[in-house]
Amino acid sequence: MPPWVRRELSGWARYPVEACHEFRPERRGAVAEILASGGQSSYIARGLGRSYGDCALNRGAGVVNLTRLDRFLNFDEDTGEVRCEAGVSFEALLQTCLPRGWFPPVTPGTKFVTVGGAIANDIHGKNHHADGTFGAAVNEMTLLTPNGERVVCGPQRNADLFWATVGGAGLTGFILDARFRMLKVETAYLKADHLRVKGLAEAMRAMLDSDAGYRYSVAWIDGLARGKSLGRSVLMRANHARLSDLPSGTPNPLWPPPRGRCGVPFKLPSLTLNRWSVRAFNTLYYATHGDAAGKLVDFDAYFYPLDSIAHWYRLYGRRGFVQFQVSFPAASAEAGLAEVLEKLSASGRASFLAVLKRFGAANAGWLSFPSPGFTLALDLPMRDGLPRLLGELESRVLAHGGRIYAAKDALTTADAFRAMYPELGRFRALRAELDPRGLLSSSLARRLGLARAGAEAFA
Amino acid sequence: MSGLRQGAGRSALIFGATSPVARALAREFARCGYELFLAGRAGEDLEAVASDLRIRHRVSAHACPLDALAFETHAAFFEAVAARTGESLYVAVFCIGSMSDQKAAERDWDAARAMLDTNYTAAVSLLERTAAYFEPRKRGVIGVVGSVAGDRGRQSNYLYGSAKAGLAAYAQGLRNRLWRSGVQVTTIKPGFLDTRMTWGKPGLFGVATPERAAEGIFAALAAGRDVAYVPGFWRGIMLLIGAVPERVFKRLKL
Repeated sequence: MPPWVRRELSGWARYPVEACHEFRPERRGAVAEILASGGQSSYIARGLGRSYGDCALNRGAGVVNLTRLDRFLNFDEDTGEVRCEAGVSFEALLQTCLPRGWFPPVTPGTKFVTVGGAIANDIHGKNHHADGTFGAAVNEMTLLTPNGERVVCGPQRNADLFWATVGGAGLTGFILDARFRMLKVETAYLKADHLRVKGLAEAMRAMLDSDAGYRYSVAWIDGLARGKSLGRSVLMRANHARLSDLPSGTPNPLWPPPRGRCGVPFKLPSLTLNRWSVRAFNTLYYATHGDAAGKLVDFDAYFYPLDSIAHWYRLYGRRGFVQFQVSFPAASAEAGLAEVLEKLSASGRASFLAVLKRFGAANAGWLSFPSPGFTLALDLPMRDGLPRLLGELESRVLAHGGRIYAAKDALTTADAFRAMYPELGRFRALRAELDPRGLLSSSLARRLGLARAGAEAFA
Repeated sequence: MSGLRQGAGRSALIFGATSPVARALAREFARCGYELFLAGRAGEDLEAVASDLRIRHRVSAHACPLDALAFETHAAFFEAVAARTGESLYVAVFCIGSMSDQKAAERDWDAARAMLDTNYTAAVSLLERTAAYFEPRKRGVIGVVGSVAGDRGRQSNYLYGSAKAGLAAYAQGLRNRLWRSGVQVTTIKPGFLDTRMTWGKPGLFGVATPERAAEGIFAALAAGRDVAYVPGFWRGIMLLIGAVPERVFKRLKL
């Protein structure tokens, strides 16, 4: 019987926390052995635990930690195609490929995520308007399906299974390895332009007008600003710097000099980030981030500013927080976003991080989150009354034709999710065929109705 | 000092190369520029470990399929690997280890024997070949990864522990024999490591990551140590455990 450990696990936001039975295979074949062992009612894959809510949790049942299956299998330095196991982290991707001139095609705001998680959540980055999601860069992957078979799938081969798996939250099988295209770069630096804008409508217009000139574009929003300052933001846009952009004599254009790392040593009282401290921070941030053009920033500082603060979730205190990411189609985005921001601002719930981004075209992923329009992401500290507030927001999101990102979510209901993701029925039908015994499940799958209710024993 | 950190033009042979600790140790050698010969059970994991080292560290890394319990194949295996290294072989580290359930092994002789053979007999079989290679060449470093479990027999894992005790005595004798030829033999005794062997086991403390263990092993080899505990605090713990009189120790539930 493969060994497991009972652990209190959570996502990065530390809400919810659930007792799960964690496995950690060290051989590839061991994943199938775990699945076939019959020891748990169901199983779900887990990587580095950076998804925010409950997508890599399985209360009272199996969680399979794949971080020990993290081996590079192939890297073509001419074409930039990588083939590696699902547990390879973006940190390892960067360390291995960037010095040779290749950058991840899409990256989230932390490098401590795995390739498997990037596919299962079909992650996007600041370049969605230009390059789409991570899943769009995948040529092929090997999936261990619930019946223990290894199936190779890609956009050209077993395409249904592939597009169900991209964004499928690990519920179609265990991703064992993937083959994907990296992006050619000349340096490890970005050339960034900052622009302060006074309100939401201006931020959106500025993105529509200028996004075409930038591979990366995102706006930091002061979530506490109200009235005519609602949506006051700093627009941060960038492109990979060319070799000719760097000062002559840069020691290593493809790897910046090392920087320190600090940490938050223990959980702070839940009030550390309150409306006053966040307001002070946001005001300071807005005041100090003046307009700047052509500023050279290394990739770590640009993409992963929070990675240098280990355990930053502890700033939110013992009860953790909830991340809320919503997207609206272009037509209703302004009204929808304004309503969400007003509601949050009126409730006085401090959001340290609020980020606005324009999405480009959607891909064929059945449950892939990004769709054309605008998306807003924010952190909300867990306090009494937050679930109710989010419940109210959920109905407003639906009213404006919006949807919520499952990888960051912990509170959306199954009814709302069904209304947001029209391909859900197709996904459930494929699952019924692929996994009749309900061997793959997760706390998120049960909450959102991604797995048939009742198919899983609830230990 | 054996100049172990100079890897250019040298090869390292790792027995049991697919375990997390062996992988992390191989990375230490790869960073120094060694060509790597990775001996382990044939299959996709061995191939994956080799490709991973090649890609991450841009070194030559070769998968060398080995059945640790097929003793009759060991002479030919070693000869073939040694020939492939073209006289560049400089380090060999024995990292093979297996701990199955003590209670099950008490009832099942085949399980007990497999554990003894994997942890002890296979080491003797492979390291005798290694010693015979290094001795006339008057160079080389042999690392033998044992366990603190070999320092004192306990009811909870004495079959495993006795094989590791035998391994330590074997390495001691080998060190004595090869000293005259300038071949270094280092015995490494790791404590609890965060691997499959300990996953899910209760009552562990001071568990070291494979990366930390590998750093300790590499440092002990590079420093030319005879015997090293990894992490170092285990020397103190084992000193205390060794000081308990046997008439007391035999009564303890350990």
